[in-house]
Formats: sequence, structure tokens, C-alpha cells
Amino acid sequence: MSKILIRGAKLLGAEPQDVLIVDEAITAVGSDLTVSSAESATVIEADGQILLPGLVDLHTHLREPGREDSETVLTGTRAAAIGGYTAVHAMANTFPVADTAGVVEQVWRLGKESGYCDVQPVGAVTVGLEGKKLAELGAMHDSAAGVRVFSDDGKCVDDAVIMRRALEYVKAFDGVIAQHAQEPRLTEGAQMNEGIVSAELGLRGWPAVAEESIIARDVLLAAHVGSRVHICHLSTAGSVELVRWAKSKGWNVTAEVTPHHLLLTDELVRSYNPVYKVNPPLRTEADAIALREALADGTIDCVATDHAPHPHEDKDCEWAAAAMGMVGLETALSVVQHTMVDTGLLDWAGVADRMSFRPAAIGRLPGHGRPIAVGEPANLALVDPAYRGVVNPVGFASRSRNTPYEGLELPGRVTATFLRGKATVMDGKLT
Amino acid sequence: MKRHLISAADLTHDDALLILDTAEEMARVANRPIKKLPTLRGRTVVNLFFEDSTRTRISFEAAAKRLSADVINFSAKGSSVSKGESLKDTALTLEAMGADAVVIRHHASGAPHRLATSGWIKGSVVNAGDGTHEHPTQALLDAFTMRRHLAGAPDGGPTYHQGPGDGTGRDLAGRRITIVGDVLHSRVARSNVHLLGTLGAHVTLVAPPTLLPIGVESWPCEVSYDLDSVLAKSDAVMMLRVQSERMNAAFFPTEREYARRYGLDAARMAVLPEHAIVMHPGPMNRGMEITAEVADSGRCTAVEQVGNGVSVRMAVLYLLLGGNEPAITTENRTEETK
Repeated sequence: MSKILIRGAKLLGAEPQDVLIVDEAITAVGSDLTVSSAESATVIEADGQILLPGLVDLHTHLREPGREDSETVLTGTRAAAIGGYTAVHAMANTFPVADTAGVVEQVWRLGKESGYCDVQPVGAVTVGLEGKKLAELGAMHDSAAGVRVFSDDGKCVDDAVIMRRALEYVKAFDGVIAQHAQEPRLTEGAQMNEGIVSAELGLRGWPAVAEESIIARDVLLAAHVGSRVHICHLSTAGSVELVRWAKSKGWNVTAEVTPHHLLLTDELVRSYNPVYKVNPPLRTEADAIALREALADGTIDCVATDHAPHPHEDKDCEWAAAAMGMVGLETALSVVQHTMVDTGLLDWAGVADRMSFRPAAIGRLPGHGRPIAVGEPANLALVDPAYRGVVNPVGFASRSRNTPYEGLELPGRVTATFLRGKATVMDGKLT
Repeated sequence: MKRHLISAADLTHDDALLILDTAEEMARVANRPIKKLPTLRGRTVVNLFFEDSTRTRISFEAAAKRLSADVINFSAKGSSVSKGESLKDTALTLEAMGADAVVIRHHASGAPHRLATSGWIKGSVVNAGDGTHEHPTQALLDAFTMRRHLAGAPDGGPTYHQGPGDGTGRDLAGRRITIVGDVLHSRVARSNVHLLGTLGAHVTLVAPPTLLPIGVESWPCEVSYDLDSVLAKSDAVMMLRVQSERMNAAFFPTEREYARRYGLDAARMAVLPEHAIVMHPGPMNRGMEITAEVADSGRCTAVEQVGNGVSVRMAVLYLLLGGNEPAITTENRTEETK
């Protein structure tokens, strides 16, 4: 029997309490808890620290199978644990694409073997992410992986009929379509946000309307067929307005925002450093402010990392030749603390909601995103909010180093992560 | 003077005048029987061209050779680059060979910036045109040409040269420059807007709305969709080349309609003030943005611009590499006066 006593942590930022974990579950929560057989319990003194439910990421690229040079399920879940995550949704754009029961089960099994973090595979909506023919969504759901989130992420399901059918079809098993909203014709060859900076830099623009027009269409489609749609990595103020409007209608629409879209803007592209190249692109300051406000008021349901590892050579080149994407698992909570908590927009209970409760609910993920209460599975993250540190990718658990925050001082650090009572991270290091 | 020339936006008024005045000195060399200076003897200039551009390459080559530099031409076509070698490895190779300056033409916007700031090479980087971003030496040669024709009397009054003269010491304060055509994809337009603004000119961009970038309203210039409304108050009209690949991408309905609305023909040229010049960075699409009649008229400076390009590029290479020695030594001057 393993026992862990966490002493004096602020549960979701509230008054300090003690939490006792026995084996896989929380068995006691209260003040001045004592352990009957003290010699067998690990005691963690957590004065001043925040205890959160284990974080849940709806949008992670683990790259396995196919691009193990940038990340594997093992290295990706180790990075997730460092970031306080106990569950991640692995995106389908692997090689081969996760569009069959076989591939999603493989990823699911690799996650089980890793032991650092639960891996919930996302299934592709269409065969090969090509947007032409529905993948076997039902078979992926019925597989051991139990897929409920489907996405062609990286590509938009741009055919309105395919999107409508997918939305309708997954109703049979309470699935959700997570849309990468990008009108393809409006974004051919697009390199960065279309606006003042792209005009000066001579980089082809990725206009906000290319995202917003798809979101407008898809919330209407979801309403029409009575299904759930989730919008991946919302990046513009206009998208926020559309989601707000759809929610006001009572439609079943959810949305996520990435940490980098909360913090960074297209001004950074002036450096032509491809570490800032990402899809959707970094937008303007006004967009970032709108995204923060929408996350605070709940219009945006959750933070999702869009953790996108790339090998060094894919970023050590000219802008146009570089891959799109940034790693994010190990810095997400710090960026959220910096942009949302330290600014007073969101309290720690809000962080628990946006980074654990809601993403778990959208993914219908059992055992995650649960309150910190007796009888609940001990999926937890302990955070030291007073910590200040400069981001140094050399120490990353991820196999890739493509972070836009290198050299930036950010607040907060995950000191411990527990996956069903087992410490995956202790003293800020992998166990 | 800075170590690299990446963007016309990086040039101060003093920098720009220094380059243009130095170019005037260089232009005098071109009039000598022996068009050569020893200034950059023993220095190596690499022309690294990832995009075909014979005109720009030979202009830089001529400039470097007139300064006695060793010139290496590296064309990406048919080289290891076309076999997938990265910009970084190409740069490291050139560094190992001891390039003092790399003149780079690249299809990707920002490639010269990467080359200059990534730590791959130690030498100077000169942007010879990057994607749809900038082409600073083109803007400098355009300004040089304008200055020779349009710069006012020393007191800044409205006296214009009759034909090209020496523009030394002058800027383009108050001159009205109209740039017409595919601004969206034009590195020439971007560099000119920056440089001409720095030199005090008033720039107006004229294009169909489809060929102006979103965000152009933040540029230090005016924008018009109507060529005829701006011609009468233009001291120079610069016609941009319309690339053939734009013709089938719905930027405008037909070439005929483009030429009718935005092309410069004799009737439009007649509306220009008497002193006004017509410019083109070349190569020209005769019959598209400019009619043959205008292109061949005495007011068109296209050929003169090419010649000025060598002088301006000599000035740039000299100022980046030559350090503090005077461009033309006293002995040379003595020789000149003989």
C-alpha cells in the first residue's frame, strides 16, 4: 500500500488543506491530517503551493508513429508530466494517419506503456486527412482506444457536406468533431497573420476571415444537425465573437485557445525567426487580449497546447522553408499563470476549470478533470506559483526544442504530478 | 555605416545620402578609360543567387570587379542547393571559403535577414532581393536616378535639372513619386516606400485594390486606385512589372483591362509635368504596364537606371567592406584631372 500525504497545499488556490492519497485514490482531505503508520507515507510539505486536478490537454502532437525524430509517445508524455498533465489527446496527423482502429489502438497502447500520462488518441475525421471520405469513426470508437474526439487537425474539413455528415455520424456515440478552422483557398501558401506586419515583411498573409468563415459555417452546421463541434486553437477576436454568439443560441459549441496565442503576437515575426511560425499564426495584440478575455469569461472553454514538436533542422532555416508549430506542454501552465492568473483575469479555480475540468468533459474522458475530493482518482498537479525561471529548452523532456519562450522569464513551476496516485514528477523532476 | 544592407527601412537619412553621394563618386569612375579602383583588392564578394536574375547578378558582379574584389558567383540552380542543401549549410560553406560579403537573392522573404542574424557567417550581407519583401539596392538606384533628375536647386527651390545632373548632397524633399502596379508582390515598391520617405519624397502607390497588401494603410505613403488622378502632380512615375503568374490568379480580369486602367501610354504620359520622368526597374512587359512608345521615349530612365545600379552597388560594397579609406584616393583624383 502506498501512501502520500500532501500537507498545506491550497486546493484550487483556496485555503490550505492536507490531502491523503492511498494507492490510486484520494482518501482524505482536511486540516492537520495525520498518517496512522507514518513510516510508510511519503509526506510532501506544500506550503504556498497550489494543488490542481491533473491537467488535460485536448490537443497534443506526439508524432508517433512516423516522426519519432521529433517526438515519441514516451518523450511526449514525459514532457506532459513535467507540465502537470495527467492526460493528453494525441492528434491524428501521424504517419500513418490515425484513421483506423489499428493505429489508434497502437497509440493508446504506447501511452499505457509509457506510464507518465494517459494518452487518449484522437481519430481522423477523413481517410488520410484528405477531406474526401469519412474514416471509420465507429470502429475507432469501438476499439480499445475508445475514441470520442475526431479531428483532421493540421487540415480543415473544408467540404461542407463531409463536415455535416461527420457531425451527424458521431452523435451515435457522443463523439465530437474538433475542427481545424482554415479555409484552404484563402490560405494557400500563407506564412503569417495577414495585416500590417505581413504587408511590411512581404510574407503571404493568413487572414482572420479564413478561420472565422469556417467557424461561422460549422457552428451553424452543428446547430442544424444537433451535434457537438469543438473549435481547435481559436486565434482571432472575430472567432471569439462567433463562438460567443453560437453559445448564446444554446448551441453545443466549445473552443480552445493555445498558450502561445494568449501571449505572443505577430510582431515577433519581424525577426523572421521560424520558431514563431505556427498554424494558425500568431495574431495581433488586440486578438490576444480578446482571447484572454474570452478564456476568462468562459466563451473559450479551455487551454490546449497544440504541442507540435519539430526537429531542429526544420526550424534552423529561412522562414518559408520552416515547419509550423511550437512545443508547449512544459510551459503551458506558466504561460497561463503569466497571462491569466498574474493579471487577475482568472483565479486558480478558473485554471483548474479551463485546463482540466472542461477539456476532460469535452473529451468525455473518465477519471480526469475530477474535483479534489475523497474517493476521486488521485490525478493531481502541485504548482509553486512563486517560482520564477528562465525558459531553457536544453532541459526539456520533449525530444524537440522548438519553444518560442527560450530566454523568457515565466512564473510558476509544477513541482509534482500524480497519475492515479503514482508520482510521475517529484521536486520538478521526472521520477 | 552598418555592417549589412538588409532593408531600406534600416537606412537613416544620413546613411542614404552617404551611399548616394558615394555612388556619384563611383559614377565618375565609369567615365574613365580604365573603370577600376583598387579599393577592395583581396576581398571576396560572393553572389549567392537562389533565384534567377541575370540583371541584378551582373550588376553586382560589375560593381565588385570595378572595386577589384574577387567575385564568386554561386547560382543555386544546378548546385547542391537544388539537391536539398539548406541555406545554413550553404552559408557555412561560403564562410569557410572566406567570403567578406555575401550578396544574396532569395525567393523567401527574410532569407537575407536570417543569413545576417543567425550567426552562420561573419561577413557582410547585402540583400539583392528577397521574396516579396525588399530590394534595397534597387530603391537606392531609383533614388539616385530621381535625385539626378529631380533634386532642386541648392536652396531647395523648384528648379529641376534639364536631363541628369549631379545630385550630390541633395535629397528628394517635396518630390512627388508615383509607384504603379503590383505592390502586393513587389519588393521594389516596399524598399522604395521606405527609402523615398526617408529622403523626404511624397509617395503615392497606385494599383487595383487586389494588388495592394492588407495593412498598406500603415505605410508612410498615400494610396490611390486611379492612375489618372495622380499623374498631373507626379515628378516621377515608376511602373512595376506585372508578373505573368498573377495573370491567372484573379488579381485582375484580363491583361487588356489591366493595361487600360493601370498601364502607362503616350496619352497618360502627356499629362505628366514637363520635367517628370518615367521609371521602370526592368524587365519591362511592353504593352502591359508600359507601351513601347513610352518605354522608348526620352523620359523613360529604364536604361539609365541600369547604369546607375552599378554605381550604387559599388558604393554599397565599398561602404560595407572598404572601411574608412576614401573610395577614390588622391592619386586617382590626380590621374583623373590629367
